[in-house]
Amino acid sequence: MNKFGAKSALLAAAMAGGLAMTTMVPAFAQDETIKVGVLHSLSGTMAISETTLKDTMLFLIDQQNKKGGLLGKQLEAVVVDPASDWPLFAEKARELIEVNGVAAVFGCWTSSSRKSVLPVFEELNSILFYPVQYEGEESQRNVFYTGAAPNQQAIPAVDYLMESEGVERWVLAGTDYVYPQTTNKILEQYLMDKGVAKEDIMINYTPFGHSDWQTIVSDIKTFGSTGKKTAVVSTINGDANVPFYKELANQGIKAEDIPVVAFSVGEEELAGFDTTPLVGHLAAWNYFQSVDVPANAEFISAWQTFMGNPDKVTNDPMEATVIGFNLWVQAVEKAGTTDTDAVLDAIIGLETPNLTGGVAKMLPNHHITKPVLIGEIQADGQFEVVSESELVPGDAWSDFLPESKMIEADWTAPISCGNYNTETKTCGGAS
Amino acid sequence: MNAIRLLRSIALFLVLTVGVATPANAQVADAELTPLVDALAPGNFKDREAAIGVLVTTGDQRVVQVLEVLLEGELYFDEASGKIVFTSEAGGKGTITDPVTSAELPDLTADGLDKVKVNNGLRRVLRTAIGQMTLLSEDPGVRLFAAQSILRDADPAQLELLDSAIAGETDAGIKRVMEQARAAIVLKTPDATIDEWQAAVPLVQAIGGRDALNTLTTALATAPDEVKPLIQTAIDGLARDRAVWDVAQNVWFGISLGSVLLLAAIGLAITFGVMGVINMAHGEMVMLGAYTTFVVQEVIRQNFPGLFDWSLAIALPLAFLVTGLIGIAIERGVIRFLYGRPLETLLATWGLSLIIQQAVQRIFTANIREVGNPTWMSGSFDLGGLAITWNRFYIVIFAMIVFVALLLVLKYTAIGLHMRAVTQNRRMASAMGIRTPLVDAMTFGLGSGIAGLAGVALSQIGNVSPNLGQGYIIDSFMVVVFGGVGNLWGTLVGALTLGVANKFIEPYFGAVLGKIIILVLIILFIQRRPRGLFALKGRSIEA
Repeated sequence: MNKFGAKSALLAAAMAGGLAMTTMVPAFAQDETIKVGVLHSLSGTMAISETTLKDTMLFLIDQQNKKGGLLGKQLEAVVVDPASDWPLFAEKARELIEVNGVAAVFGCWTSSSRKSVLPVFEELNSILFYPVQYEGEESQRNVFYTGAAPNQQAIPAVDYLMESEGVERWVLAGTDYVYPQTTNKILEQYLMDKGVAKEDIMINYTPFGHSDWQTIVSDIKTFGSTGKKTAVVSTINGDANVPFYKELANQGIKAEDIPVVAFSVGEEELAGFDTTPLVGHLAAWNYFQSVDVPANAEFISAWQTFMGNPDKVTNDPMEATVIGFNLWVQAVEKAGTTDTDAVLDAIIGLETPNLTGGVAKMLPNHHITKPVLIGEIQADGQFEVVSESELVPGDAWSDFLPESKMIEADWTAPISCGNYNTETKTCGGAS
Repeated sequence: MNAIRLLRSIALFLVLTVGVATPANAQVADAELTPLVDALAPGNFKDREAAIGVLVTTGDQRVVQVLEVLLEGELYFDEASGKIVFTSEAGGKGTITDPVTSAELPDLTADGLDKVKVNNGLRRVLRTAIGQMTLLSEDPGVRLFAAQSILRDADPAQLELLDSAIAGETDAGIKRVMEQARAAIVLKTPDATIDEWQAAVPLVQAIGGRDALNTLTTALATAPDEVKPLIQTAIDGLARDRAVWDVAQNVWFGISLGSVLLLAAIGLAITFGVMGVINMAHGEMVMLGAYTTFVVQEVIRQNFPGLFDWSLAIALPLAFLVTGLIGIAIERGVIRFLYGRPLETLLATWGLSLIIQQAVQRIFTANIREVGNPTWMSGSFDLGGLAITWNRFYIVIFAMIVFVALLLVLKYTAIGLHMRAVTQNRRMASAMGIRTPLVDAMTFGLGSGIAGLAGVALSQIGNVSPNLGQGYIIDSFMVVVFGGVGNLWGTLVGALTLGVANKFIEPYFGAVLGKIIILVLIILFIQRRPRGLFALKGRSIEA
């Protein structure tokens, strides 16, 4: 009957994570075009979040071409699928730069994928625009971070919970990888600096795609029943969020009792999901679709027309992509070329309006200015803004970690360094 | 008429200035109430909180409805005039009416309406306010609800109101909740007398569970020294109960996880265990079952909303059919050419799994699809100190039903007999006149169909996305291999053992390390017993 034993079955199961498919879809070909790389997973666990960003790039390039392109040439998107497989991101990035000769790449979502492509961009001297909130502690010459640094998302969210909800006890729950771990390290230090006792902080990690949340939700319930107001700060990523929120709702945890503030849950993740039991849980972002300003309304309607779907939602990483793209276009126009070094110099200090009525300015540390918005989930899957901050400049190196508080990033002369130690006045202080 | 209105306004004025709560069922003149209601529209959350405070003092029952609608987040105001209105349909659509007079307002349009914003803080205020206004209601259900909401907040300001409510209460059950609420409030007032404290502690302890523990722990800090030992004893008692129940809770979580594993693995126990086909596309069958449920629910939502609670019952046979037929097609189209070539089978089915995933992604997009819980599968119930969620409860039952049904099919039907015969000795069975190719197709179809059933169940606890199956394929192989290939009972015991072990390891080592520990344990186990828990014995095994 079984010509092969149990071991080969386990081997087979292990193989499931191994390979990945690749697709290449050149949008259109023309003699003289400027090629733009789009490096987002279109399959695998991150496809749910990243596919939209690929569409956003196609939308932006389409709009730019309708405006006459860039430097008199049409833009051409080169889309590759790194299939949620971190090492494959590096291979695909190399392919984009070396084989396709793209002028810049827009892509990556998880920090693991970004870390995987960093050496490629450095070696081949190309440009990456990274549109997702991340853990900071990094500033690379060839990368522009248009998502939020921890001081533009995590810290203000915790401040809001402390002040408005009077939270004294904290659960830091995250998926087990670099972004949640670093963010939680920063938050833990920040909370302890604010006088929160160590036993009032519970840190919990789960694997990617975790689906059985019974124990953890029950632990959170127990942790929250000591009489002190408790909140959950969630850096849970991707599709693990749905079963988490379902379990919360089913075990009867209401936002009024234990609110959950999430850094990775946006309109896209909530689309087509019954959010009635989640009403009142929070998310911290720099953009919400519900922000009622003309620039946003115009963007949403153009996007929905482009996608041919009047219900298509927008979200924060999309806005970050838009800002990154607009800054790149401006920098290329200013430099008069797509040459990497010229663009790197030209882009610092450029400003572009963001979609919430403010201004995004590219700072010398390759991060941008952003407002911090805290929103409550509504029954229709949208967020109601309950708190909005002034524009906050992104800080690459957290001031709340002892090992990084003396580090600054500044890519302008004379420092030109991503990890400048202000105490020893040397570059490379991040060791 | 006018004179009465005038009198009422004077009464209202007195109420507002003196600040004494009016008895329930007070009626305030429309013209007086309207501006107070409209005060909910402008300003920030703090202003709204103040406006609610003023509304509560009117004691007018129409206010309760306004507050309830606001709590649901369905209260709207006209942007131009700032007038608060009701809408007959959710989302600010339908007929627009005046909340005070209930008159229709034909001049206003849905486009000009804006939602009155609420946040968590405001929702808490609203619940307390509604509880306060309905505590003296005539409807016992409403009174009970009000008492419970006061118990939850235990706001010392409610003490007087609560006292008068307790005095007038006739229903013993509601009275008890009110007294518990009163006790909880007493524990929050440090200047209460020792006697009051001593009376309150056992009352709160009787509430039981985490809420009581919560209240008592908070009270311990502020309590007078005389009652501290009493509170400590109560806390210790509650904590002891909790510890016992926590073990029970872990066992339940384990069984629940185990039954999910069982559902995912039992189809594989047929295709892999009985037929010996390494079917990497098994997870995709589960995924297709979940998508069948999604499609059924979409059709129901659009055409027969009333049938929603039946959606799962409709989806089950459909999912079985869809995935069963696809399974048969895969067996006839691909696998039958590859019998006896495990590596090729593995690669082919794995390729199939990628094709199916991408196809589903093309059709349904990569977004998570919503599969709703029917009302009877939402929420949880308490069994002693256990909180059991309905969806998990039904999945445990469902897994057992599927398991028993499959056992019966294998044992008492002709096809089951043929399957077992082919399993035990293919050539002998063939020689006895059993059409082994047909049996192979049927067996594979049955295994896939059961995977489809699992998909319907799993759509109720997880998310439905094209990679749903990948999350279960490794666990499924683990269960089948651990339990013993080719043995259904082994799969049952294997699934439950892994589930319970996982849930007892998780609290100590966390979910990530827990998973690794389980994997290491299984590898060690397989080293010692390569054929799993329940190994089949006989000559055919060696063939």
